[in-house]
Amino acid sequence: QTHFVSLSLQAKMSRPVQARRLEGTDKNIWVEFVKLAATYSKVNLGQGFPDFPPPDFLKESFVRALSGENHMLHQYTRAFGHPPLVKILAQFFGKLLGRDLDPMTNVMVTVGAYQALFCCFQALVDEGDEVIIIEPFFDCYEPMVKMAGGTPVFVPLRPKAPKDGKLMSSADWQLDPAELASKFSERTKAIVLNSPNNPLGKVFSREELELIAGLCVKHDVLCLSDEVYEWLVYDGKEHIRIASLRGMWDRTVIIGSAGKTFSATGWKVGWTVGPNRLLQHLRTVHQNSVYHCATVAQEAVAQGFQRELELYGKPDSYFVQLPKELQQKRDWLVQSLDAVGMKPIIPEGTYFLVADISKFKSDVPDVPDSDEPYDSRFAKWMVKNKGLAAIPLSAFYSGAHKNNYNHFIRFCFAKEEATLKAANDILQKWKKEKTSP
Amino acid sequence: TMAFRHKNTRRIEGLDSNVWVEFTKVAADPSIVNLGQGLPDISPPSYVKEELAKAAAVDRLNQYTRGFGHPSLVKALSQVYERVCGRKIDPLTDILVTVGAYGSLFSTIQALIEEGDEVIIIEPFYDCYEPMVKMAGAKPVFIPLRYKNDGNSASSVDWVLDPAELANKFNSKTKAIILNTPHNPIGKVFTREELQVIADLCIKHDTLCISDEVYEWLVYKGNKHVKIATLPGMWERTITIGSAGKTYSVTGWKLGWSIGPQNLIKHLQVVHQNTLYTCPTPLQEALAQAFWIDYKRMDDPDCYFYSLSRELESKRDRMAQLLQEAGLKPVIPDGGYFMIVDVSALNVDLSDVDEKQPYDYKFVKWMIRSK
Repeated sequence: QTHFVSLSLQAKMSRPVQARRLEGTDKNIWVEFVKLAATYSKVNLGQGFPDFPPPDFLKESFVRALSGENHMLHQYTRAFGHPPLVKILAQFFGKLLGRDLDPMTNVMVTVGAYQALFCCFQALVDEGDEVIIIEPFFDCYEPMVKMAGGTPVFVPLRPKAPKDGKLMSSADWQLDPAELASKFSERTKAIVLNSPNNPLGKVFSREELELIAGLCVKHDVLCLSDEVYEWLVYDGKEHIRIASLRGMWDRTVIIGSAGKTFSATGWKVGWTVGPNRLLQHLRTVHQNSVYHCATVAQEAVAQGFQRELELYGKPDSYFVQLPKELQQKRDWLVQSLDAVGMKPIIPEGTYFLVADISKFKSDVPDVPDSDEPYDSRFAKWMVKNKGLAAIPLSAFYSGAHKNNYNHFIRFCFAKEEATLKAANDILQKWKKEKTSP
Repeated sequence: TMAFRHKNTRRIEGLDSNVWVEFTKVAADPSIVNLGQGLPDISPPSYVKEELAKAAAVDRLNQYTRGFGHPSLVKALSQVYERVCGRKIDPLTDILVTVGAYGSLFSTIQALIEEGDEVIIIEPFYDCYEPMVKMAGAKPVFIPLRYKNDGNSASSVDWVLDPAELANKFNSKTKAIILNTPHNPIGKVFTREELQVIADLCIKHDTLCISDEVYEWLVYKGNKHVKIATLPGMWERTITIGSAGKTYSVTGWKLGWSIGPQNLIKHLQVVHQNTLYTCPTPLQEALAQAFWIDYKRMDDPDCYFYSLSRELESKRDRMAQLLQEAGLKPVIPDGGYFMIVDVSALNVDLSDVDEKQPYDYKFVKWMIRSK
């Protein structure tokens, strides 16, 4: 019997067991902050999900689907999307884009918008490709680009000072056109656009989108357009789809989410819309990774969209009512924060708002040479000591830029009135403690 | 305008064709009797559907749950599998819930397999293993199950691995072997002795084992499903994959799980948090409740894990009888819900069919169209 390990076995044993593609992708802010909120928070305005239910018509569709005579709805459906769902999505988005869409080739259903993003990066980003990401960004873009072997290239939205003592708006955070142009190189494969933007709530204007589109066309770059908050726009603003701009349809993948559209984040139904020559590659990734998405929820979402197609633009449409309700909640939270000295940046869209917590810095002393950005420490202190959960803005920045805007935190206001009122009570009490001798 | 330079990434080159996409299209006509794709046409048990209705009525359960697996589900899974495996399983660190067993296979391969690795795949194999290994940049190495009886095979037990041939496939580059028991498509249930041969090689070469056990409850009289992870030295190198779709006849729920040691599962969790983050909540809650119902009666023959198997065994026997009466030779499966049959006795001449496909492809298409 030999007592030594062969050289080749030694070599194998000394190599890490995990694949190199995971390098730099293991940290995840949500794992930590969701746990903290679960442990400490009395009022959770952190993770982005509504604490109110999906609309009744949607819940009813789900129950009908699962309990109906057709028990085959509990079995596999078409891999690239349940036929009733892709058909209605093609119809609906065809109408919005002014285009004839083929449900079989221009639409693909995914496990949430998250998996749609994954398919895009795996299908289209190769080692050595650069992908432009606008900061602040929904945090998964960076690790997904890295896992695909790509190089993320960051360009920030920069805040312009608001007019005369007014509160800042998300519209005041803007790209510098020259700076953006400088990020495009021959290696640039794609730019990720998120409008309305999480976390700021920015709704990119037509001019801003035309700037991005112009560069995409000039450099032959793809656009991955994350539009999950497409219905959540306020103050009469319009959500403009970059794919409808000249030269963009052929190079854009649009990503949507039933979770955000119908307030059912736990259903994890998303979709991609785009030209077949891009979607065919998404289908290849999809059939080699998850293959099918759950059937019952797709059936229910299809019925939800059917209803919305019939009610489109009418006051009873959920896509009209939801933003109306959320705008009120936004205004409520803006008022609460402003009243205590946290400076909210008024979002034009989404159900997030970012506030400047500089006036509360005395509560959480600075720790020089700390690895952790200030706002992260602040948010942790706040949930532990005040029971109010929010997410630090640095979570939405790349590693090198985490300290650039480190006195902001993000609140989610898709919450019942009682929750927002409870948040207000916490804030008011906190302010009183600060001002009383 | 500039030419459109965008094509697919290298990782998916050549992975676009898929047998299911092709055959489900051909069989989609409702007038066709579809015994092709692996899904039940019988209803899932009513309590499973009821639990889903109950879950959907709870507001909170329509929103995001824990990324690596809904707490009540991972707890239920840990209890069921602790009992089956006879070892402690931590619900938070030793389990990952995925989008079907398919998602578990993908997470495992993406987490642990890369360029320069070889992965042993036993033929015939569930078709996704090969493209998934390729997409991870690794090299699939095939080894066949061979007839033991010179082609007069009547049972899945007659299809075996040659131990010397298997040993030859292992080398310093072998990162993993994929095992599927009970086996799709043959229905073979690997015996403890057969698993020990594989385990010995895994330990000798420090190789991982990816054990696809989605049909674990579907084993027929005289057979026992043995988990390779329970053999000595195997827990620390095995990922065991299971499926709600196959366990509860709900393939359309697309829920599966990976179970293994924390130091391997943690890498699957990293893949998961960077691919789809979390699985649907109401389905996970309903599955958890269904598991509790059956966990409580695991000593009772009425437990769905055993009753489904009994129901399918009589269907297996009926199907075998039908085929034998037609003069065909089925391979009686010891497990799973598939049966393969030798159709050469029918002597269908397809030499004039132009397509460059294997005979059995042409036969199936001919059978769908003309029968």
